[in-house]
Amino acid sequence: MSGIPHDHYEPNSRGAKWLESRLPVISLIYSTLMIPTPKNLNWMWIWGIVLAFCLVLQIATGVVLVMHYTPQVDLAFASIEHIMRNVNGGAMIRYFHMNGASLFFLAVYAHIFRGLYYGSYKAPREVTWIIGMLIYLLMMGTAFMGYVLPWGQMSLHGTAVITGLFGAIPFIGDSIQTWLLGASSVGQPALNRFFSLHYLLPFVIAGLVIVHIWAFHHTGNNNPTGVEVRRGSKAEAEKDTLPFWPYFVIKDLFALAVILAIFVAVVGFMPNYLGHPDNYIEGNPLATPAYIVPEWYFLPFYAILRAFTADVWVVMFVDWISFGIIDAKFFGVLAMFGAIAVMALAPWLDTSSVRSGRYRPMFKWWFALLVIDFIVLMWGGAMPAEGIYPIISLIGATYWFAYFLVILPLLGVIEKPDTPPATIEDDFNAHYGASAETPAE
Amino acid sequence: MSHADEHEGTRRDFIYYATAGAGAVVTGAAVWPLVNQMNPSADVQALSSIRVDVSAVSPGTQLTVLWQGKPVFFRYRTEEEIALAVEQEADLDSMPDQVARNENFDNVETPATDANRTLQAPEGSDYAEGAWLVQIGICTHLGCVPLGNGAGDFGGWYCPCHGSHYDVAGRIRKGPAPENLLVPVAEFIDATTIKLG
Repeated sequence: MSGIPHDHYEPNSRGAKWLESRLPVISLIYSTLMIPTPKNLNWMWIWGIVLAFCLVLQIATGVVLVMHYTPQVDLAFASIEHIMRNVNGGAMIRYFHMNGASLFFLAVYAHIFRGLYYGSYKAPREVTWIIGMLIYLLMMGTAFMGYVLPWGQMSLHGTAVITGLFGAIPFIGDSIQTWLLGASSVGQPALNRFFSLHYLLPFVIAGLVIVHIWAFHHTGNNNPTGVEVRRGSKAEAEKDTLPFWPYFVIKDLFALAVILAIFVAVVGFMPNYLGHPDNYIEGNPLATPAYIVPEWYFLPFYAILRAFTADVWVVMFVDWISFGIIDAKFFGVLAMFGAIAVMALAPWLDTSSVRSGRYRPMFKWWFALLVIDFIVLMWGGAMPAEGIYPIISLIGATYWFAYFLVILPLLGVIEKPDTPPATIEDDFNAHYGASAETPAE
Repeated sequence: MSHADEHEGTRRDFIYYATAGAGAVVTGAAVWPLVNQMNPSADVQALSSIRVDVSAVSPGTQLTVLWQGKPVFFRYRTEEEIALAVEQEADLDSMPDQVARNENFDNVETPATDANRTLQAPEGSDYAEGAWLVQIGICTHLGCVPLGNGAGDFGGWYCPCHGSHYDVAGRIRKGPAPENLLVPVAEFIDATTIKLG
């Protein structure tokens, strides 16, 4: 499967030979686990395993929660309380599921920014990147629909706001919103279908995760230098790599154990810290909570949605040039989805010949600013849409787009990158000394 | 596939196109019910008209009724509020949305004067002209329920979600919402009952 030369599985026992000639499943597992992995991977390469763990955690706890949950507007909130109070261990299972979503997004953002810094999205890994973006979109859809199911105040009114995004589409928006909700407002039809999709989409994600892994197993992992593994011969490749099992599995599991220690502490001691108290009030269509704020992982894009109000000149210009079809509301929606779209297009917007940010002196600073920008946007999205906050969000949103649409293309032209090491082995030896791995050569 | 280079219109070409065409139609016919099932069902559509007794509403207060899953505001405005709404009409030229958004009018270009948004009082009643303002209580930005009772900078409604201010006649004045609060089809059927829809 992999393009890097490596050992292949040879069945020894009669039983293994019998199975291998009919369904080569053992050799598939073998090549997946023994894939040659660049030996210089740093700690930012552990998020994949955290993400895999999160998906399993969410599916396992979710399947169990469904055994006690009722997707009916008059009973949903009560069934959640039933889980919290009556079901054996129900409160902990639900808290793991709630906070598991937060860990999932924390890991996915670390994973995405890792890719952005080390140029993992660049050729030949564009397809891996695009599939990753699809997984991220599905994660957002799944998380949103899951948040609706407890049918609290935030569930109900958050749904009104989010489906309202689709209502902003010119001409056909109202029909799409009605179609999504199955009524002219949020009610039983919406709850029922969101429940159905919330159960379905994680399995679609699981399928895409397999394709994601397949894609980067074919191209080989990126690594902190961005230098490709030598593929001339197996001996050459082995100077740059180590097999995934046991070296990286053990390293990843150690990192996972550290992260889970913190995670379990959060689940145990402050399970509602990342939630909103309003969602423990049963949904009431007659009263909107004072502040509608999405979950923290949506805040940066929520800030971008709200940043483009009718008094921003670019909004006024687009409104005028489109004869009023793209008004401020639709512009905000386009900006929000556009912010993710430009990120997905990064492989084609980045013109630099050097892959890793480690060897790009100017890029480093712009990238650091992007990380700060993301955090500022997250903060701006949590603040009320009044006073100075929309202006901060607007500046943050502008930089987000500028980074992908202007800075990335231009840097490749004006920046003079440093010279990366010739091989991964050189980089590894520079850190750990040549004697560590290859004595007497 | 060398036959494609041959002379036009073989039997085989025809069979290809006919099969592909039939396949496309059948696929579409099979998918459409799966899409259409998500549209409002018959029982949801059936709840289209209700009658609301407003006899207990006193001036300066608002009755909120759930209709088709949406809150509807019945505002019984005081003399001062009516006067303020007419006064606010002077700013009509600078308002973000200058049309009435009143479903009782066929003409979508009806200007957003106070008279064009309020409900006509029944004959022989002692309601002042413009006393009743009936609106769908859903912010035209992203669907939150605005706060009433003179909230916001313009003495009408204020949406807490993203900061939209509506005036005493429910017209959008400030904030991200693009349109005035929607006025649904409504009429007095007797002195104290309003029929919605």
